[in-house]
Amino acid sequence: MTGEHILDVRKLSVGYRSDGGYIDAVRNVSFKLGREKLGIVGESGSGKSTIGRALLRLLPTARITAESIRFEELDLLNISEREMLKVRGRRMSMILQDPKFSLNPIRRVGDQISEAYLTHFKCAKADARAKTIDMLQAVQIRDPERVYDLYPHEVSGGMGQRIMIAMMLLTDPDVVIADEPTSALDVTVRLQVLNILDRLVSERGIGLIMISHDLNLVRNFCDRVLIMYAGQVVESLKAPELSNAQHPYTQGLLAAQPRIGGGRTPLKVLDRRPEWKEPLEVQA
Amino acid sequence: MSKNSKTAGWGSALAVSPAKKIRRPFNWRPMMSQLFTVAVTLFGLLVLTFVIGRMMPSDPVRAIVGEDATRETYEMVFRQLGLDRPLWEQFLIYLRDVLTGNFGVSIRTGQPVITDILHVLPATIELATFAILIGATLGVSLGVLAAVNKDRWPDHVIRVFSLMGHSMPIFWTGMIGLLVFYATLGWVGGSGRMADFYIGLVDERTGFLLIDSALAQDWEVFRSALNHLILPASILGYSSSAYITRMTRSFMLDQINQEYITTARVKGLSSRQTIWRHAFLNIRVQLVTIVALAYGSLLEGAVLIETVFAWPGFGQYLTNNMLIGDMNAVMTCVLIVGVIFITLNLISDMLYRIFDPRTR
Repeated sequence: MTGEHILDVRKLSVGYRSDGGYIDAVRNVSFKLGREKLGIVGESGSGKSTIGRALLRLLPTARITAESIRFEELDLLNISEREMLKVRGRRMSMILQDPKFSLNPIRRVGDQISEAYLTHFKCAKADARAKTIDMLQAVQIRDPERVYDLYPHEVSGGMGQRIMIAMMLLTDPDVVIADEPTSALDVTVRLQVLNILDRLVSERGIGLIMISHDLNLVRNFCDRVLIMYAGQVVESLKAPELSNAQHPYTQGLLAAQPRIGGGRTPLKVLDRRPEWKEPLEVQA
Repeated sequence: MSKNSKTAGWGSALAVSPAKKIRRPFNWRPMMSQLFTVAVTLFGLLVLTFVIGRMMPSDPVRAIVGEDATRETYEMVFRQLGLDRPLWEQFLIYLRDVLTGNFGVSIRTGQPVITDILHVLPATIELATFAILIGATLGVSLGVLAAVNKDRWPDHVIRVFSLMGHSMPIFWTGMIGLLVFYATLGWVGGSGRMADFYIGLVDERTGFLLIDSALAQDWEVFRSALNHLILPASILGYSSSAYITRMTRSFMLDQINQEYITTARVKGLSSRQTIWRHAFLNIRVQLVTIVALAYGSLLEGAVLIETVFAWPGFGQYLTNNMLIGDMNAVMTCVLIVGVIFITLNLISDMLYRIFDPRTR
């Protein structure tokens, strides 16, 4: 470990190819991540998911540029794909949104989890199975022996997402990116899954990047929050200080939320001003 | 839906679930209903061949007795064939005959139709099996390669290659193939199933020349047979690979864009591992269907290639008998083609259940 930051991203830009040139979906995003929970919020298309996928270099057709992306001792911007394979799933992993789509429909869930382990560690299949079953227990799945042999269509959304968490935390990574991990879940299951994630991340000292469009969720769950608009980070705040937001976009977001017991007047319409799209500099 | 899926919800995570190991009893019900469907289809097929035999504008009596027969002879044969009885009775007789393996006598050869067919069918099965092995291997690997390299040069090269396979007339490819690989280069054998002076050397036990010569341990004949088989089989395989390539590519592209592929990549699998351990497993079901269909149409007989290569196969037999109106032979051929397709369908449905847990 060098210093207290695991991840240091400086001026990351990601461009997608669009007829003729590239259109930047992410522009000059800089942030540091320690062993903490960092939330990234923003509306659809603001570039928050793109950041996660760019860090894992999962965007083969996109153009990724940055001043530097340092991950512990590695320079993620310049290492080869071969070295990247040792990072993905071992030291940095990602929890995807909807277990209905993110699990392979025709393989047993247990095998899919232990594959994450077998990819990075040489060990007997039986040992990987035992590891997996321990991990299933850690995400509070009862009767993990039985669940191991189920197929994805035989588990519910909440259980599927816990399986996903088990898969991504099994190798004890340093950084986990959670890309809208609860958006596809029933409200009643959401809290349960978040609690499991919270406990495991804190216990293991994992740096978590929580990508979400749910301001309240991020406010309650994370330590720090980045607010994104049109590919840029417009504001970076400690979660408890979110109500003191300075940027008019963040203030607009907060004002557009209904409150229990609040007045029944129409909510404020979110304002989007073109000048917020102008390049700006926010240090996180 | 099995009973297990009901109890697998997260609700059961709260209740104490029994520590019983999950049992997956084999589900017989879909299998039984499928066999019933097969029986119905077979019956329909028999009705169809019967109707073809009775409706075709060819006179079976005239075909036997000839143009100059007297009226008495004609009527005698008419009664012998049972044509004076009501249609339903004729159908029952046909049904009984088919079930007892009596498919009638060929007018052309004077032999039981089934004897003739058992002689030509193995030649076609041998050719079709080799062709589909070549076609499926080529088609699936090129299709995967094209999908993985979508819109890059391998994709374009493969598209042109398979388009050529699709659009070149097969008799032309066959003749060019003979010209190049047999006449000029001398790499392969020419027409027929083996070199002429080997004919009759090996006892015909199964009708499959490769198997017969292997059984007789006559490796020279075996080599000659393989030499003669490889060119027509490659050409048929190339032509059927065109369709398989295109379909594999599009099946594969569907899978590559799925979210579980991202999951596999996130786990640290290389792109090759992701393709073969995840995406490919998901297209097997679809591949089975199209490969089975392609195999079926090869078994039906490739008349053109059989003609170019003087291959004494099923396609030629069917065509010749159709042209001279040998109805017993034609009816039996149609029946066999139908049975082939029903069987292939049945097999591919069973493979579905093996490959896809959701259909169990």
